[in-house]
Amino acid sequence: MSTDQTSREEQFAVATQWQLTWWRFRKHKLAVLSGLIVIAFYIIVLFADFFAYADPHATDSRRSHIPPQTIHFFDDGAFKPYVHGLTQKRDLRTFKLSYQIDPDRKVYLELFAEGYRYNLFGLIPSSTHLLGLKNAQPEDGIFLLGTDLVGRDLWSRIMVATRISLTIGLAGVTVSLFLGVLLGGLSAVYGGVVDMMIQRLIEILRSMPTIPLWMGLAAALPNTWTVIQVYLAITIIISFLGWTDLARVVRGKFLALRNEDFIAAAELAGASQFRIIFHHMLPSFLSHIIAATSLALPAMIISETSLSFLGLGLRPPAISWGILLQDAQNIETLALAPWLLAAAVPVIIIILAFNFLGDGLRDAADPYG
Amino acid sequence: MTILDVKNLKKYFPIHKGLLRKLVGHVKAVDDVSFSVARGETLALVGESGCGKTTASRCIMRALQPSSGEINITIDGKTTDLAPLEKSELKLFRRHMQMVFQDPFSSLNPRMMVGDLIAEPLLINGMDNESERRARVRELLDLVSLPTAYMNRFPHAFSGGQRQRIGIARALALNPSLIVADEPVSALDVSVQAQIINLLLDLQDRLGLSYLFVAHDLSVVKHVSDRVAVMYLGQLVEIAPTEALFVTPRHPYTEALLSAVPKPDPRARQERIILSREVADAANPPSGCAFHPRCSFATDQCKSERPQLQDVGQGHQVRCHHARTLALQGVGPSV
Amino acid sequence: MPPILMVDLMTTSQPLLSVKNLKTYFALDDGVVKAVDGVSFDIHAGRTLGIVGESGCGKSITARTILGIVDRPGRIEGGEIWLTRQAEDGKPYQTDLLTLPLEGPEMRAIRGKEIALVFQEPMASFSHYYTVGNQIMESILLHTALSEEGARQRAIDLLGMVGVPKPERRIDDYPFQLSGGLRQRVMIAMALACDPHVLIADEPTTALDVTTQAQVLNLLQTIQKERSLSVILITHDMGVIAEMADDVVVMYLGRAVERGPVDAIFYDPKHPYTKALLRSIPSITAKPRTKLATLEGSIPHPFARPKGCPFHPRCAEAIKGVCDSHEPVSIAQGEGRDVSCFLYGGQP
Repeated sequence: MSTDQTSREEQFAVATQWQLTWWRFRKHKLAVLSGLIVIAFYIIVLFADFFAYADPHATDSRRSHIPPQTIHFFDDGAFKPYVHGLTQKRDLRTFKLSYQIDPDRKVYLELFAEGYRYNLFGLIPSSTHLLGLKNAQPEDGIFLLGTDLVGRDLWSRIMVATRISLTIGLAGVTVSLFLGVLLGGLSAVYGGVVDMMIQRLIEILRSMPTIPLWMGLAAALPNTWTVIQVYLAITIIISFLGWTDLARVVRGKFLALRNEDFIAAAELAGASQFRIIFHHMLPSFLSHIIAATSLALPAMIISETSLSFLGLGLRPPAISWGILLQDAQNIETLALAPWLLAAAVPVIIIILAFNFLGDGLRDAADPYG
Repeated sequence: MTILDVKNLKKYFPIHKGLLRKLVGHVKAVDDVSFSVARGETLALVGESGCGKTTASRCIMRALQPSSGEINITIDGKTTDLAPLEKSELKLFRRHMQMVFQDPFSSLNPRMMVGDLIAEPLLINGMDNESERRARVRELLDLVSLPTAYMNRFPHAFSGGQRQRIGIARALALNPSLIVADEPVSALDVSVQAQIINLLLDLQDRLGLSYLFVAHDLSVVKHVSDRVAVMYLGQLVEIAPTEALFVTPRHPYTEALLSAVPKPDPRARQERIILSREVADAANPPSGCAFHPRCSFATDQCKSERPQLQDVGQGHQVRCHHARTLALQGVGPSV
Repeated sequence: MPPILMVDLMTTSQPLLSVKNLKTYFALDDGVVKAVDGVSFDIHAGRTLGIVGESGCGKSITARTILGIVDRPGRIEGGEIWLTRQAEDGKPYQTDLLTLPLEGPEMRAIRGKEIALVFQEPMASFSHYYTVGNQIMESILLHTALSEEGARQRAIDLLGMVGVPKPERRIDDYPFQLSGGLRQRVMIAMALACDPHVLIADEPTTALDVTTQAQVLNLLQTIQKERSLSVILITHDMGVIAEMADDVVVMYLGRAVERGPVDAIFYDPKHPYTKALLRSIPSITAKPRTKLATLEGSIPHPFARPKGCPFHPRCAEAIKGVCDSHEPVSIAQGEGRDVSCFLYGGQP
């Protein structure tokens, strides 16, 4: 046998279960790609303001409903990205002032430009942004995805919205994780009456229609609460229902593991219940929990987006994808400014990415399950 | 010197039916079984699926709580009945009896290194010093003929036979006197099976172990045991020294069982005894003798009266009304 | 009355099914596994061929290759499978199954009608959603011109023939309602539904108790005699081979290491693996507490296939410089016998 084979065998022999899972995961091209997309989104979460170029809160009615402006990459053959400038025009019928594209003026883009002020990670003051304009007039701007009714740039708002939409998902999943593992574990370990009660509770919660429930709970929130308080309350409301799936997964895995011979062997050696659960069982289904969690996240994100879209969740001036999509509720608005639907695209991408990632993780963790 | 003495062991599983979960009956998985194992001896417990041998072995290990009966274990001259003991009291006795499992793929925790797997019983039972544990693990790996370098590997790197050796090493960690082996070679290939059988015989000679060998393969049983107990539908139907059971069986079921084993000799093709019908339902066993519906010698007495275990001489016991009069065929003398 | 074809073949002793140099490889991420690597054997009308070997020897894959039901990523890489069939005018002719498209109408006509397969795990091979009657009738309706009523009656007849008590009631049972032994009988009934010429039984009794095994093997023998059926019996149990087979093929790691009549294999084994295997079987007439002769080492991992003869690392008689670098060829040893071993010739 060649040394190449023996060293590969040796590697395989001393590989822990985590390493084996990682190697299996790596083979799933789609899952790996999805993983990279998820990481990319969370980088945006960290650096949201950096990726934005216009103040997401600054309104300007003159910039109302500007369509998306393409960046022109080549200026007379040379690589010098630019956008067209804007000039102020007055509509002679409504006497409304608005900005129109001036095809004769070119304003050049620059990287790491100065822009509005923000706090990086909420702590470090900064005003550097990825993109900006060189020598711009006050009315000029980049409009990658156009503006909304009150002149706010959609791209910048989507960037900032990512932060709230994705972190609320995380917070929700953490709460669900805790509740799910606790209640699922109790259900499996104690069995009998405890199991029966918890399972019936799960069934009742799952059979409740979610939207009326959320409406009720959201309506109960006092509207004097700050954005942060509402944010936390929404998180708790969503995870109130989200833990049920995880609890069932945990309980199922527990019960399946209990019948494994190696558990019996540990018991026969005199292991305590504590050791059986924490040393033998928990590591076995940790990877399943991770997989189930990554599949629970998209549900959280959709929940928040739906709630905010319906006006029941977060409210302006908070910015989330759901709030952005509120602007697209109106058919007339959509006819006038269809680019406002762009806020749906990151939702679709991240949900798909999480689903593929979760599937890949689950298959890698348990190829035979 | 007896090490294990099981008396009137019973394990009944309740059957609940209906919305209110009313108790409608019992599955008599183990129904009044008694036998003993002497020091350094191997007793085989044989039977087909549903006969109760696995349930009986789990009761003896106290992985299950017996419904009634005694499980007497004798250590250093002192005899204790394990049946009524609480979990905490049992821990003291765990070190004296250990189990080897059937499925080499589920009996080892895939997330633990082999060294840790074997050392776990030591850790649980108070050997806190790590280097002491490692030394003992090396000793045990040696005993089962595995290289000590395997300590750092994980179970997935090993074949079925090697895993079974690891399981045996783990069972020997605490220096038990009794090993309950639950079908230890059924899941292995023929060539590997031979290696493990030899290993078990070897270890028995070197360490003076006693085995309760639960199996369904009678050829393996012939190689390994001193005495054999045959179970059918939860009852012990025959128990005898190995040679006597195989050459002169006294129960019709034992005869049929022996006749059914295919012999690896094309010139010895003979008429097999083919039992009629299927094994009865343990929840609803036949009246009288449990075997009577399939027995070609059944009489009216067999249908109505349950036979008792009779002594027919030289440690041979049979549960059959006609034990003294039947002339049954065995497998021929040992070569 | 055995079919005309069978009578023809039995008198001329031409093989009904002839497998030549069959190769089935699996292309996996970590390498190529040569599951079946150059296997040849003949099956004659009315006789039983036993294929015996341990795990990884490729016996199940061989059966699936003959029927063209190898799962991906397995691919049939070479060889010929000559099946003797009966033309419309009654004359026999031969077809190489490997030249037929796997999903084509001809192969589908052969599967179930001319060659049938009985699987190992009855519970896994039945559909849980249909009654056993339904599943037997499916095969009948596919291959014959019988009406539904006719098919149902035939299914009841078949169940009775395989010894299922009260077949007219059992026909409407679901698989989970039957015991292991009954399920296996139903599997056999299903396989026989269209009167095949060849029955491939893949470990048919491994999952059964020994008394039930005796019943099922008895049934197979009876059916074979009545219908002049050719049986390929795949098993790891040498006892079953001795009881049932007329001819034997011993396989190891995808190769046929020895072939011959059953008596010759047991009483005059030639290949070192066959000899070692026979020595290591526990015997019911052994003295109690006796050790067995063992075969050292274990079956190599499919990715770590030894160079040269696949058995050489475990072989007590290996010839250095020859067995570890060259692959042995099949050497004839008389009528219907051959061995793949350098001890008998073929040394480079």
